[in-house]
Order: sequence, then structure tokens, then C-alpha cells
Amino acid sequence: MPSEPLSIASAGAALRSGETTSIELLAAVMSRAEMTESELHCYLNLDREGAVAAARQADRELDEGEDRGPLHGIPVAVKDNMCTRGLETTCSSKILAGYRPPYDATAVTRLREAGAVIVGKTNLDEFAMGSSTENSAYGPTRNPWDTGRVPGGSSGGSAAAVAAGSAIAALGSDTGGSIRQPASLCGVVGLKPTYGLVSRYGLVAFASSLDQIGPLTRTVRDAALLLSAVAGHDPADATSYAGQAPDFAGSLDRGVDGLRLGVVKELGGDGYQPDVSQATEQMLNKLADQGAEVMEVSLPLFDVALSAYYLIAPAECSANLARFDGMRYGLSIKGSTASATMAETRADGFGPEVIRRILLGTYALSAGYFDAFYGQAQRVRSLLQTEFEEAYRKVDALVSPTSPTTAFRLGERTQDPLTMYRSDICTIPSNLSGHPAISVPIGLDSLGLPIGFQVMAPALGERLMMAVAAEVERLAGFDAVPPPALAPPPGAPL
Amino acid sequence: MRWEPVIGIEVHVELDTDSKMFCGCRVSFGDPPNTHVCPVCLALPGSLPVPNRKAIERIIRLGLALNCRINPGSVFHRKNYYYADLPKNYQISQFDVPVCVDGWLDVESDESRFRVGIERVHMEEDTGKSVHVGEGGRIHSAAETLVDFNRAGTPLVEIVSRPDLRRAADARTYAQELRAVVVETGVSDSRMERGSIRFDANVSIRPEGSRQLGVKVEIKNMNSFRSLEKAIHSEVERQTALVTVGERVVMETRHWDEAAEVTHGMRTKEGSSDYRYFTEPDLAPMVFDRSWVEEARSLLPELPALRRDRYRQMGVKPAAARVLASSDPQLRALFEEAVGSGADAVAAGNWVTGEVTASLRRREVSLEDVPLRGEQVAALTRMVGEGRVSAGAAREVLEGVMDGEGSPSEVATRRNLLQLSDRSALEEVVEEVMAANPEAVERYRSGEGKVRGYLVGQVMRATSGRADPRAVNEILSVRL
Repeated sequence: MPSEPLSIASAGAALRSGETTSIELLAAVMSRAEMTESELHCYLNLDREGAVAAARQADRELDEGEDRGPLHGIPVAVKDNMCTRGLETTCSSKILAGYRPPYDATAVTRLREAGAVIVGKTNLDEFAMGSSTENSAYGPTRNPWDTGRVPGGSSGGSAAAVAAGSAIAALGSDTGGSIRQPASLCGVVGLKPTYGLVSRYGLVAFASSLDQIGPLTRTVRDAALLLSAVAGHDPADATSYAGQAPDFAGSLDRGVDGLRLGVVKELGGDGYQPDVSQATEQMLNKLADQGAEVMEVSLPLFDVALSAYYLIAPAECSANLARFDGMRYGLSIKGSTASATMAETRADGFGPEVIRRILLGTYALSAGYFDAFYGQAQRVRSLLQTEFEEAYRKVDALVSPTSPTTAFRLGERTQDPLTMYRSDICTIPSNLSGHPAISVPIGLDSLGLPIGFQVMAPALGERLMMAVAAEVERLAGFDAVPPPALAPPPGAPL
Repeated sequence: MRWEPVIGIEVHVELDTDSKMFCGCRVSFGDPPNTHVCPVCLALPGSLPVPNRKAIERIIRLGLALNCRINPGSVFHRKNYYYADLPKNYQISQFDVPVCVDGWLDVESDESRFRVGIERVHMEEDTGKSVHVGEGGRIHSAAETLVDFNRAGTPLVEIVSRPDLRRAADARTYAQELRAVVVETGVSDSRMERGSIRFDANVSIRPEGSRQLGVKVEIKNMNSFRSLEKAIHSEVERQTALVTVGERVVMETRHWDEAAEVTHGMRTKEGSSDYRYFTEPDLAPMVFDRSWVEEARSLLPELPALRRDRYRQMGVKPAAARVLASSDPQLRALFEEAVGSGADAVAAGNWVTGEVTASLRRREVSLEDVPLRGEQVAALTRMVGEGRVSAGAAREVLEGVMDGEGSPSEVATRRNLLQLSDRSALEEVVEEVMAANPEAVERYRSGEGKVRGYLVGQVMRATSGRADPRAVNEILSVRL
């Protein structure tokens, strides 16, 4: 029995050695969920029936020697903004209560084809808009490390489920840090791939030019395995990367010897929790000890990336969410005319943060404002991309904290959107540039809350990025688990 | 003061590609509602558009036919507005980088020949169709509107002219010419009755001699070339009447009321709507392969304007050349076959645009449903030219050929329609008529000239109309 909580890799080994079955893995995950859900609320919807059928099928296939690869028989959770055929998909919004999509998102299809067992749909900030999973119409998710604190967001349900062992791995989506920030706050690994590497088909759009699906896992290797399963060209997504996706798990052990790592000057200092800065500093020293050339790199536009993001993302969302009008699906509050029905449905169906962003985006695109707001933001975005490219001529990867702070208290930032928005200051630039980035846990702060370390790489630089991340993981030796009541038991219940 | 109308036309053409613009659903017409729909064209959450390559190829072809510059690349934009038949509540359209720009179309009518500038030709998608349902079964039930999304996402091309037109009649001719180009390039069959080609007009007036543009009114809902012309005419009169009494024209959109033959204001709001256009993030910018564009240019079919000139050079009268050049390809092929088989171009042109077209319409069939070939038209024109059948009999011969009774000469023979121009045979008949009408002969000879007509009539009657009237007259002149 493995001594640490199950990973995709260790569970997969146990499955193939006959030590366990997919049904047993599922039972373990489900019993964890039963124990922790009332406290954590990671899931909006557990699909017991579907998961049992999938686990049985996986066991049958593995028995017969039909091996679909590393994900075969592994219980995986899916963020509830990805369509699952026949299974309620709400995006944590009242406006989609009871909505059952007639099709699977491409990433979900690929999970199924890889033999994964989909456990259920995880909680998120409504339509992925938020950094704490408090903006869910169905109630917040709590952080397994301290249930008075948020798990981060918007993929807070996925991150907390992996941390608590109610999923072995999970899919999230990342528009401005929604995978990496909750991964950081929950002490798990979270990876946002290069834009276009994973199909967005069936991912309910928040900001189309920024959204990207990616893995939340216990280990960097697991992130590579899960990413390999879902990545690759999809003709149904016109922005999908057309080339062949590489085997991401193939080159994790190269170390950092001889690599040039750029420490982003703008991501640190004032406003960063001292524990976070200190842990980051220590990790940089260890990386240097392993032969990495660590140097400071300045990317001045990082200071305005947040502003640009909060014009571009709301602008796209104002159009993307226009389809929720009570005409064809979801909530419909009948008014006296079609436009009254639309207005009433939307006013009642969307939460305050979603409405705030739709309004923000609508203004940013309006005649007379377009150039000063949306137009200017796009120019910043394009300059930022240039700045990144210049930095990557000097270094192989950029590093920074994932989040300026560790997990904050529930309600602490809900009254102050700007402070909440600042939670994503380290993660947003990679969304604007379309580049990959990963968060790896490297330690705990003085309160015993996880600290995340971010590695960023140029477009399609996932392999090198994950090699650095794997070394960070090894050097951190992070094996802490949440407090006993909510921690996944070692290897149990095999 | 004299006022000059300034008119620009916007034309929407639905492409009859196999599938829709951004999904694999079939482009259809008249099928049961909501049977050609999918997550993409219903705008279900999470669905994404994928552009239809065939539609892009067609718009490029059309742009080339309209003498446009094909941009090296092009970008889709989102046009945002809320309407129940617009599933995403934005339309994927184009804004500042359309596929085709800066073209022109040469147009001609009986009165004039002119060139109309084409500002742009861009690609977009059609909306669903609102179906208004009247009073329900119950007394208090309000009328409902249902939406059929079969049409949603049908590829739509918008062709925007420059404000180069000055007369309602010219606008109509331009629209007809444009439709002919659309059909000719195989871009769309543009069926007016299905709404697969639709016209909007932008109309303003200005003092004659002025270079400035007046306040523009957009008029919509014209469903035929005739109503396009009438609507523009009516709008110009309305605007002229307004300014004549010192009022001003308000920028607005007006609806053409076909029954009342007037336009009605739709919105009173001044200024243009704010559609909050921005680049469609779900679609990558398009880049057009220059060699492909050049190949498409070289493969363009002969367009109506060039064909008109060619027909005229063949000797066809201008009016017939115009009709022929934009007539259906089968009719043109018939004409060209006839000329190829030796028919006189003028006569063949008249037959094809006249009797043949009329007969097909009477029969409510198309050319492929009748056994009429070019060489038969040629034979018919020769028979008329040689005086072997009269003009009237020739029409009957044509009907016989179209009924499948054989070649023109077989029909003429079988139906006994050949003219009697054989001199001796005719002389014999004249003799018989004179013998049978001694009284009339006597009266003529005594100076009553009009009796001659009676005698000719008797000869025609005796020959069942087959006698060549000229020959009969000549013989009578000699005999009397």
C-alpha cells in the first residue's frame, strides 16, 4: 500500500498489480466525499450511478487486458462548467439550474475514452467568475486545511476535492488563475496549459480568448498524465492547437541543471505575505543549488495586466453570457414580452458578481468608450505578449509565487471586489499571453496553510515547465496533508 | 429647389451550401421547424463555431465577380443585440476587415448604362425565423411567437453598394443585375419567394448640385424587385414633401408596407444602434491563399455584363440581349445551340426570350421537361425565314415540337401548316375561287377595289390559312 494519499500513478499501479479495483477506488473516493462533503461542499452533483457503471466497465476491460492507459479506472472530478451529457451542468448559476446538456465537452469525451471514472461535478464561482468559490449560487466550498477559509477559485471545488481525497484528480478551467490559485490555496498541483492545447468545446465560456481547461492533481506527474489524456487537436474548436500534443509525462526527471530561471521582479515585495515571499526565496536557493541559473527579470507590464484583464474578460463575458435569456433552456421567468422575459430571467438568474462583470464588459465595448477601454486593453495585451517573448529569449522559464497570500477567510474579500481581483495578480499575465503555467505546493505558512510556487513557460513549453515543476516538487518535499478529519487517509481503504 | 435622391442598396444573400456557416446542420427550407438544429446553432452552453470553408470560398468567388479586392485576411466580429430569434444574442458578422472590398458592377437598362460601386461584401450568419401564432383556442390567450431555428446559422453574404444610385428604377436594375451575378457564380440560387435574397435601401435626398449627403433613412421589408423600386420611389417622395414644407428628415429605419404602398417608421430613436462590435474570440483570423484566390478568379464563369456584350456582337437586339444574358442557363444554352446550328441570332434570340419562354410559363414546366433542342429552334427560324410557315403557324409548330410530335418540319407537315408557295398549286386554287365567285370578280373589275381583300380571304380559307398571302396577291393581280 502506498504510504501517501493516492495519486493517478500510484492508483494506476495498484489497479494493474491487482491490489485494487476501479470499484474499490471509487468506493474510497465516494466514502471520502460522504465524510467531507457536509463540511467542504466540493461537489454540486455526485454521479453515483454513472460512476459505478464506468468503474465496472473499467474493471471488466482491465480484467480482459484492454488497457486504455494511465487514467483507466481512475476516479476524476469535473468542474461544473464542462458539459456532461445528461448530467446536470449548472456553472454554479441559478440560471442553469436543472440544465442537462445533450452532449459531452470534448475534454469529458477524452476522459471517458481514456477510461476515467467521472465522479461528479465540482463547485465553482458562478460561471467561473471569482477567486474564492464564494460566488456560487449553491453555497461556497471550504478549504480542507481550514474550513473557515476559502479554497480559492474559481475551480475551488476541484482543488478542495483533490486535497481532501474525494477525487484522485480533477479538471478545472483557468481564465485568470482559476486552476492555479485554488491549487495553491489547497496545497495541490494545478496546471493551465497553452491556450488551444485542450479543446474548449463544451466548456461553458466565460472569456473565450483566455479560458483553458487543465488538471488539478496531487503530483506534477499526475498533472502530466491527465493533461496528456485531454490535450490535442479538436476540429470542433477553431482555436484548438492543430499540432500533435506531446507525451507530457516523458521528461519530468531532467532536473534544472543549466536552466535559466527568471524571477519576475514585479511579482513580489509589498502586498505579498512574508511567509509566501520567504518560501519562494528558499525554493529559488534550492533550485540554484541544483544548477539552475536564477536571475531577476522585469516585466513592467505585469503591473497593468490586471487592469487589461478586467476589461477584456468582462467584455467577452458580456457577449458569451448573452445566450442565457430564458428562451431555449435553463431558468425562464415569463414576462409580458420576449424582451421582458429575457430581462427578468437574467436579473433573477445571475448573481451579483456575474452582473457586475456583464455591466463592466458592456460599458467597455460601448461606442465612445471602446477605444479607451477595450481597445486600450487589447493593445496592452499585445505589448505584454511581446514583453513575455523578450523575457523568454533570456530565460527558459519564469517563476513567482502563485498567489500573494495563502487562503483567506470566507467573507473576507466579498465586500471588496478589487482586493478579490488582486488575488489573481500573479496568474493573470499567462492567460493574457496564452502561455502555460503551473502551481506546485512548496510548504505551509505560519498558520499551516499551503503556499504555491508558479512556473511559467513559453507557448507549448509544457514539457520543460513540468520538468522544472517536478524538481520544485522534489525539492519542496511537500507531503503535508490537511488536518486529520479532512485529510485523505494514506492509501485507504485498499 | 430641385432635390436629388441618393440611394445605396444592401443585399443579403443566403448561400445554399450543404451545411450551415458554423456547424454541420443542413441548410434547408420548408422542413418541419427545428429539425436542422444542434448545440452550435441553438447556442447551447459550451458550443463553439467552426467556419464553413465552402461558404468562404463562395464569398470570395462573388467578390471577384463584383470586381472587389479580396483582403489578404479577414476577421469575424460579434454584433451584439438581443432578439428571440438570435440564439446567441449576438450575430457572428464582420466589421472592419470584411472578406471583399472596393468593387463595382456595371448595370444597364433600356434608358441607361451605369456603374455602381460596391463598398464591401462580408460574411455573416442568418437568424432563426419568428413565426407569429394568432389567437389561441382560448379567449384570453395572447398571441404567441414561436421560433424556428432551422434557418439560424445559414451562411449569409451582405453586399453593400456605395450611394451611387439616383433613381428608384436604377436601384431595381442594379438589384436584378446583382442577383444575376449571384446566380451565375453559383454562390446561391437566390430564390426571392424563399427570402433567400433580401434587399434594404438607404435613401436620402439633397439639393441638386450639392456634394453633401442628406440624412439617411433605411427602408426594409421589400420582397420583390418591384416593391424595392416602389418603396424607394415612395420614400423619395415622402422626404421631398417633408423638406418642401420646411421639415427635416429624421434618421431612422422604415418598413415598407406592401399593401398600402407606403413606408412606416419603425424606431424613432436617432443615431445608429450600438452593436458593441468586437473581434470574435472563438474564431482565428482567416488568411487567404493568394494563389487560390487567383485560381478562383481564373475559374469565374462568364458574367451577365460580358455575355450581354457578346450577344450584342452576335447581332441580338439590346433588349433581347439583356433578357437572354441574365435568363436561366438552360434557355441560354438553347439559344446558343440554335445559333450554333445556323439560326439567325436575332430570330433565335426573339424566339427563345419570346415564344419559348411564354410557352414554358403557360405549361408551368422548365426547359428540361420538354423535348426542345437548339437545332429545332434553328430549323424553325429557317422555316419562317424561307416563308415555309407563317409567323402564326410557326407558333403552332413550336407547340407541336414541345409536345413531342417531332421535328419542326414533321410537325408542320403532320399538322398541315406548311405554306402553299408552290405557284401552280396556288394558281389552281385562285382559279377555283374566281370561278366560285363570279360576282365578286365582276365587282372588282368594275372598280370596287376592296373586294380584292374578300377574294384573298377566300383563297386563305380554301387553303386553311397555309397560302402565302404575298403570292396570292401577286397571282390575283395577274388574273384580275
